[in-house]
Amino acid sequence: MKKFTYTEKKDTRSGFGVGLLEAGRSNPDVVGLCADLIGSLKMGDFKKEFPERFFQVGIAEANMMGLAAGLTIGGKIPFTGTFANFSTGRVYDQIRQSIAYSGKNVKICASHAGITLGEDGATHQILEDIGMMRMLPHMTVINPCDYNQTKAATLAIAEHTGPVYLRFGRPAVPIFTPSDQKFEIGKALLLNEGSDVSIFATGHLVWEAIEAGEKLAEAGIDVEIINIHTIKPLDEEAILDSVAKTRCVVTAEEHQMNGGLGDAIAQLLARKSPVPVEMVAVKDSFGESGKPAELMKKYGLSSVNIVEAVQNVLKRK
Amino acid sequence: MPDIKKLEQIASQVRRDIVRMVHGVQSGHPGGSLGCTEYLVALYFEIMEHRSQFNMDGQGEDLFFLSNGHISPVWYSVLARSGYFPAAELATFRKIDSRLQGHPATEEGLPGIRVASGSLGQGLSVALGAALGKKLNNDEKLVYSLHGDGELQEGQIWEAAMFAAHHKIDNIISVVDWNGQQIDGPTLEVMHLGDLRAKWEAFGWEVMDLPDGNNMEAVVDTLRYAQTLTGKGKPVMILMATVMGKGVDFMEGSHKWHGIAPSDEQLEKALTQLEETLGDY
Repeated sequence: MKKFTYTEKKDTRSGFGVGLLEAGRSNPDVVGLCADLIGSLKMGDFKKEFPERFFQVGIAEANMMGLAAGLTIGGKIPFTGTFANFSTGRVYDQIRQSIAYSGKNVKICASHAGITLGEDGATHQILEDIGMMRMLPHMTVINPCDYNQTKAATLAIAEHTGPVYLRFGRPAVPIFTPSDQKFEIGKALLLNEGSDVSIFATGHLVWEAIEAGEKLAEAGIDVEIINIHTIKPLDEEAILDSVAKTRCVVTAEEHQMNGGLGDAIAQLLARKSPVPVEMVAVKDSFGESGKPAELMKKYGLSSVNIVEAVQNVLKRK
Repeated sequence: MPDIKKLEQIASQVRRDIVRMVHGVQSGHPGGSLGCTEYLVALYFEIMEHRSQFNMDGQGEDLFFLSNGHISPVWYSVLARSGYFPAAELATFRKIDSRLQGHPATEEGLPGIRVASGSLGQGLSVALGAALGKKLNNDEKLVYSLHGDGELQEGQIWEAAMFAAHHKIDNIISVVDWNGQQIDGPTLEVMHLGDLRAKWEAFGWEVMDLPDGNNMEAVVDTLRYAQTLTGKGKPVMILMATVMGKGVDFMEGSHKWHGIAPSDEQLEKALTQLEETLGDY
């Protein structure tokens, strides 16, 4: 197992804020819209530097999605900002008709995804957003793993033509990817080569997968870890190449088991290369109030759960 | 001076297109389409500065957004008759492999259409986004939009109304087709809209009345006057009274013709009332 270290922890949403500012500096067509959550989304610096290209929409997410669709018609590249819950479920029909079906170049940027939003509880957490967005034709779905990768992903989607759902979170998580990385949409990243099992993780669960890999290595289990930062389009080649070698899979994500990364990979494998799969995800449940680490533990999303899933899948191999 | 007689002849042709299209596939929404014919003909043949060569970004030209997408037949006819695509294509309306989807879509690339509509309440937001885009691009041209009155029951309309006034979006002229009908009956019975003028004014819009939206001269004059109200810090709303099913006596004023197609016999009756003045498709 390769050694991964980190020097600091930082929230992924701050990576978005810095990425948006940089994208705005290099491309005058980038515009920002926010539904009364400028501080939470870290859009303040963009607003300050480009006041004429930033629009406070108020607590009106449906209108924000329509405005964004309209802005693309004059060649603008709108980045919408609100919580993941209000970026998806609340405005699903607006995204479906005015953005995805209409093929509009809107970047839906969603913070506070998953249960690690924490104390606000289930009304503000969302565990279904990846599922909703990946079901939409034309939609690209990205879930980066740390601060640096979120920043790189934000810059990359500004260059990409077409609707994108970019998901990030509230708590500080380890920064372990390089600060000068290039982000390639749809290209999975092999973090550790191994032959016993493939762990496909997304978002900050990639770090949990690394920690699990270290524990498993001590027990003599050789894990392959792949960071699936783009859930749609899925890097089928990378997944199938890995599975051809390991012949069993564990998926890990901070999302409902239904509809998420595990579902996407299981569907691919059922069609092209059936092997045993275990999924680390929330199992048909809403979240609740609590500290992020407590919630990760209670809902079974920590490295220990990945270790268990690997042990289980190896028995089924 | 606009040639009102010529515009009325085009409107007559558009109405013939509408009843033929809906009859041809035995599906679609003739009532609202017939009611809005003068408005759309006036826009495309007199009011808007637009290119017949379609560009999605629409810079340097006026733009139109149809929010109540179910009245697609009138829009398709007007787009075809003003040169965006061949009128013969109207015969494919709602049929398999057609670019003329039941509700307007951009996916198949029908020239003249910039966003899908059909699920109600979204079009004002999109039109405002396009108007903002024009301001950012220093494009002096205007954005027009049309909304059904029943559609105003959707909350997103009022989110958009508030945003437009707050951000002083004064390069848009929106129109409500106030025919007083929706699928389940008169709006007065289904969901009373209240005092629409007072509502839009309270939201900060400049509001105009158009008491007869089926009078071509009145439609043209009102739109011309509305243009003089743009650029003054407020969005502009025209409350346009129309008659659902206008031009076909047995359809006029009845919500029953919101979404049903005429029979062969009814088509003949309708066509004799809508005197032919230009070639059919």
